[in-house]
Amino acid sequence: MIFGKKEKKEPAPKSQEPKAPVSKPIAKEEPKKEERPVANKITVGHVHMSGCTGCLVSLADNYEGLFTILDNYADLVYCLTLADARHIPKMDVALVEGSVCLQDELSVEEIKETREKAAVVVALGGCAAYGNITRFCRGGQWNQPQHEGFVPIGDVIDVDVYIPGCAPCPQQIRNVCVTAYLLLKGNAEQQALAKAYLAPLMALASEGSKATSSEACGCDIMTKVINQGLCMGCGTCATSCPVFAITMEEGKPNIQRDMCIKCGACYAACPRAFFSFDVVNQYETIIDAIHGAMNPGGN
Amino acid sequence: MDYLGKYKSAVAARSTSAEVLRCSQDGGIVTSMFLYALEEGIIDGAIVAGQGEKPWQPKPIVATTPEEILSSRGTRYNVCPNMSVLKESVRKYGLDKVGIVGTPCQIQALRKAQLYPIGLRDVCDKIALAMGIFCMENFSYQSMTQIVQDHCNVDLHSLKKTDIGKGKYWAYTNRGAVSQIPLKLTHKYEQPGCHVCLDYVANLADISTGSVGSPDGWSTVFIRNNNGENIWNKAVAAGVFETKPIESVKPGLELVTKLATEKITKNQKEVEHRASFGVGKGLRNPYI
Ligand SMILES: Cc1cc2nc3c(=O)[nH]c(=O)nc-3n(C[C@H](O)[C@H](O)[C@H](O)COP(=O)(O)OP(=O)(O)OC[C@H]3O[C@@H](n4cnc5c(N)ncnc54)[C@H](O)[C@@H]3O)c2cc1C
Ligand code: SF4
Repeated sequence: MIFGKKEKKEPAPKSQEPKAPVSKPIAKEEPKKEERPVANKITVGHVHMSGCTGCLVSLADNYEGLFTILDNYADLVYCLTLADARHIPKMDVALVEGSVCLQDELSVEEIKETREKAAVVVALGGCAAYGNITRFCRGGQWNQPQHEGFVPIGDVIDVDVYIPGCAPCPQQIRNVCVTAYLLLKGNAEQQALAKAYLAPLMALASEGSKATSSEACGCDIMTKVINQGLCMGCGTCATSCPVFAITMEEGKPNIQRDMCIKCGACYAACPRAFFSFDVVNQYETIIDAIHGAMNPGGN
Repeated sequence: MDYLGKYKSAVAARSTSAEVLRCSQDGGIVTSMFLYALEEGIIDGAIVAGQGEKPWQPKPIVATTPEEILSSRGTRYNVCPNMSVLKESVRKYGLDKVGIVGTPCQIQALRKAQLYPIGLRDVCDKIALAMGIFCMENFSYQSMTQIVQDHCNVDLHSLKKTDIGKGKYWAYTNRGAVSQIPLKLTHKYEQPGCHVCLDYVANLADISTGSVGSPDGWSTVFIRNNNGENIWNKAVAAGVFETKPIESVKPGLELVTKLATEKITKNQKEVEHRASFGVGKGLRNPYI
């Protein structure tokens, strides 16, 4: 279905691409969108840095939900795996997966280009947000042994939204896609709700991966929650850890730091990391809005 | 500030099952509700406080049988991280409809996890019934041991029930002795994280319950949303609970409101105090 759509779309831009400078194909693309059944979709791209494609698979694991998103809310304008576009186009939202390899010139160029072309840059998953498992790289691998320095994208560009986790769960990605759509295209009420929903994920992004603010690992649970006298032993951090590095001992998280992959899930999930009454008190409204959006025909 | 949260109705209630009441903390609301929901297929299982390794140490379990739910009755006044098995309840036990009981902070954690299911693949849409229990504060296992053994002078092995009420901490033994100490003595053992908690009656649960407000052996119950109301009405119609209008019991909602206001006002002060804890430096505020 995705491929089918793209095929229909492709011929025109292709013929114009070679001669036109970057800004022109964009101008040409806009009238095309009006032919689509839903006129005011947002444009989304998936930018692949050094990651395992697990985040993209997680997006796809929304199954028919992915089609609902693509049919109604977002055009996938760039995605090496799923869409036939070679160059990063201008887009509303860029979902970036993977960290940046400093020795890979193309990656560095592309992440900078992504910042220029996208209104909103989302770090999709632990590698883009915090480095994750690529924090442990030290080069020497085939066939690019000199590729050894990998940093979260926030070390190279400003990032607007973080979705931590390895992989981030499909429903979390769905929620961000839908709320991003509501933020950009919704009515005033929907915009306010979407803004409030995204605020904590934007706050995580603005804290970034600065060594002073965040270790993005079990250490955050220790330094920013337990050490601060905030932990009440709910166990959410433990259940959110993808590698089961956290067990609850005597009612408090015990972190096996050797197992931790630095994906940032535990800290982001902890209710004592951030908690917004404005958002969570409206949990039913927000869940209903998302389910409504994912089920546009009603049932 | 909305001290009691949103609710559709409030009642005083008690389980009609003598077996449940034999060992439940108060009116057996949580246990009877889960037993009924399991039987009716409203839930496939429930996350409750089972028995841990040490005496009176709770451990979160995914209960899938009436026996397991029954054997987890009663309050253990020390931390039981019920959220820690949420992912397993769906991914390992294969539950499609999860029941969970939790203190206000745990229900807050649950709702946040449903909105931001960061590491909880396929879990957030499967919460079928969230039972909240009122909570003023909680204790670590070591704190609880110290209170019961050192202050109440009761051995944990002969302890039958602990309770907090009427300004006292109560320890009942298997042989019928009762030991009580002023609640004031227990304050220093409280879990520090409880001091920034701004919820007393589990505002975000489907149904929340506690002893305060209703006579001994009865519970105060808030039915909070459509889901809670649906299930509650069915259970009452099926004769699972006997109920009384909350206005007809003493001390009623007035006391619940008073205690909720006290807790939240005190803890709000603590959150403010943390902001200027040091010299020109504050402690982190989780509320944004
Ligand atoms: C730490 C704590 C503090 C409380 N403070 C108050 C209070 O100030 N005022 C008030 O009115 N009520 C308070 N309660 C609630 C009260 O003690 C009863 O749990 C509640 O009334 C339910 O009683 P019941 O007979 O309906 O439940 P039951 O049928 O006895 O079932 C109780 C359920 O709670 C679960 N449970 C037991 N211990 C824990 C735990 N530590 N953490 C999470 N779940 C647990 C059990 O597994 C069981 O499913 C508190 C409870 C706890 C755990
Ligand atoms: S999620 Fe936060 S509050 Fe809950 S146990 Fe972990 S560190 Fe403590």
